[in-house]
Amino acid sequence: MSAYFQKMKPYLLITAFAVSVLVSYILGFEPGEVIAGHFAQSFIEMITFIPFLFIIVGLFDAWVPKKQIEKHIGPQSGAKGILLITLLAMLQAGPLYGAFPVAYILYKKGAGIRNTFIFLGAFSFMKIPLLGIEIAYLGIQFSIAKTVVALPLFIGIGYFMEWYLKDKNFTIRDLTEQQTDKRRTS
Amino acid sequence: MFRNIAVPFLNVLILVSIALYLIPPGFISKYLGAGSGILGFITAALVGSITLIPGFISYPIAASLLQQGASYTVVATFMTTLMMVGVVTLPLESRFFGRRVAILRNILNFIAAILIGLAVGMIL
Repeated sequence: MSAYFQKMKPYLLITAFAVSVLVSYILGFEPGEVIAGHFAQSFIEMITFIPFLFIIVGLFDAWVPKKQIEKHIGPQSGAKGILLITLLAMLQAGPLYGAFPVAYILYKKGAGIRNTFIFLGAFSFMKIPLLGIEIAYLGIQFSIAKTVVALPLFIGIGYFMEWYLKDKNFTIRDLTEQQTDKRRTS
Repeated sequence: MFRNIAVPFLNVLILVSIALYLIPPGFISKYLGAGSGILGFITAALVGSITLIPGFISYPIAASLLQQGASYTVVATFMTTLMMVGVVTLPLESRFFGRRVAILRNILNFIAAILIGLAVGMIL
């Protein structure tokens, strides 16, 4: 019984959510319907970028040699590496959690701790699609002011993370790797 | 393999949609609006950190807040914490980076987001 529960645990929230939504629609319970609407919206947003993201990650993994990554955005890449990783982050799209798989592949390919965290930082506020919406709604002065202040801070966070994690055996794990680990230990 | 990826991402979406329901746009407009002062600033930082609101919803809210006379500091802090800090996505982030690093990244980003909000408020 408890082994079965362990196996089904990841699906608990999804199952509970699906049942609640179904019951809400049958009984006409409004909060449930509103939440289902939000879910549908976010889901559409997610499926528009996720497949694209995994194709990019897959191609990157297969085609880009580790040597090239290490040379251009590796730990020794300096200012040029920071510039390149920032430009790479600007070309991305989607919410921040979509950047985690990309961070995984970059780190695995030798991007180094500092640049991986600068990537995450720049991804969060400098993506071109995001800047597009931002300029449209809040004006270009807002985007410029935000970027001018934020970029040095996030480069600083990159350096801090590099210093803090240097001797700590830091790794970024893929979601698929974890499953095999679990099987091995159990 | 697909299941391992799809399940955690779907869990995030469920949490996001529940958070969006609990904190509707009306609430945000009410508490971050004109003259909301320091309380508005704190609310902006907390709500922005906890929730994850897609840009196509959050930017129109931010624009209308500014039109109604809300301060740039409050609106900028709301937007920066939304972009940079994600408490609802923390479980997912922990699976990639480990819990300690995920929490540390969010704390550092929270500090950065507050500083950016204050600075943008001063500049504009």
